[in-house]
Amino acid sequence: MNLLHILWSLIQRDLRLAWRSRGELLNPVFFLILVIALFPLGVGPEGKLLARIASGTVWVAALLATMLSLDLIFRSDVEDGSMEQMFVSQTPLSWIVLGKVITHWLVTGLPLVLLAPLLAILMHLPQPGLWALIQSLALGTPVLSLIGSVGVALTVGIRKGGMLLSLLVLPLYVPVLIFGTAAVENAIAGMSPAGPLLILAAMLLFALTLAPLTAAWALKVSLS
Amino acid sequence: MWKTLKRWFHQLGSPRTFYRFSGALIPWLFVAMVITLAWGLYQSLLVAPTDYQQGESYRILYVHVPSAWMGLFIYVLMAVSGLIALVWRMKVAEMVAIACAPIGAAYTFVTLVTGSLWGKPMWGTWWEWDARLTSELFLLFLYLGVMGLYAAIEDRRKAARAAALLALVGVVNLPIIHYSVVWWNTLHQGATVKLFSGESHMHPSMLKALLIMTAATKFHFGVALLQSVRARILQQESKASWVQELVDD
Repeated sequence: MNLLHILWSLIQRDLRLAWRSRGELLNPVFFLILVIALFPLGVGPEGKLLARIASGTVWVAALLATMLSLDLIFRSDVEDGSMEQMFVSQTPLSWIVLGKVITHWLVTGLPLVLLAPLLAILMHLPQPGLWALIQSLALGTPVLSLIGSVGVALTVGIRKGGMLLSLLVLPLYVPVLIFGTAAVENAIAGMSPAGPLLILAAMLLFALTLAPLTAAWALKVSLS
Repeated sequence: MWKTLKRWFHQLGSPRTFYRFSGALIPWLFVAMVITLAWGLYQSLLVAPTDYQQGESYRILYVHVPSAWMGLFIYVLMAVSGLIALVWRMKVAEMVAIACAPIGAAYTFVTLVTGSLWGKPMWGTWWEWDARLTSELFLLFLYLGVMGLYAAIEDRRKAARAAALLALVGVVNLPIIHYSVVWWNTLHQGATVKLFSGESHMHPSMLKALLIMTAATKFHFGVALLQSVRARILQQESKASWVQELVDD
């Protein structure tokens, strides 16, 4: 079996498992909408103010939603022992991690990107910013999943690792947040969002090459 | 020459040798720390001239700047010894990496507090989302993450390796975080506050005191680190016969 074939069957398996518990699947989505709905309640329903903070709010909510769903990447596999089988298989562990991260993004990141227009309406995001928001989320959320996989690999052996995971992962999410919102703000101001988007793309490539290796290393440390 | 250096390095990897060696080193470092600290404080508080723009309150810089340097320096040192711990599985390197974290976090905290104390009279506010302040804040969180991960895992050696790996991830991300914060800041608020733009190069009379204070923080770090590593060695090697003999004496 070549590596791509393994990757594909791994993704198929994980997607099937995710689909079997589809009730959980929607939780991050609901969480996201709920967080967005809290902001107008907190700062007031005034359209102008909401439009001003729209890009930041959507991005922060996306960060939080991704973070809360990170446990999905490895935890069930570690708990039922399939991770140990993957350890001893001939496939490089980093490759397996990559498959799991891709599935995680398909399950939690992609819905977020698709949901962006709705969130933009809720937050009165100015029209020119919408396309940039979708693009920046499409480039940025995979980075969040990739960085998150390292954090979750480090904390997977800890029983109550949730709060700790946020402490580990959120500081590393800062650059994604900055350039994600910058792309939207640029577009709203009538400038080209290409610069921040390209930086996000660079971050994605960087994380794509290094994060699976690091996460595999971290898994070996925390499950040894 | 190279061979003896290499052998010395390997011997230092044994907890027992490290314990003996650091025990001999600490008094010297301590004396050096006391001397440089006293001299540095004298220089910075009494000898260095008053700043023509900032008055006396600029003197907090003699604590602030060395602490800020230490915050970064210790993080890099932590990551380097973390790498050594992960690659060669050296017990002592694990302990050094872990011992670095609280000291570095303390220096970063001091940097934030002194910066805020200085900011109140200078900028008129305790906190400004200035690029340096913000990245310093995230540096503190990176330290806290390493400490939190180490505390959460029960097996000490596993905890140290996981924390070391996190430190490595942090050191790769630190420049990315720093430069994106700098970029973010220039995007959002332009030139409201410029930390050092109005200032020319530092006058030698002020620089001297700063350098002495920097040396003092380095010596203090040496003392604090070695003491902490020694305590960890005794704790983790408590079953070893040489520790038993030491305790019995």
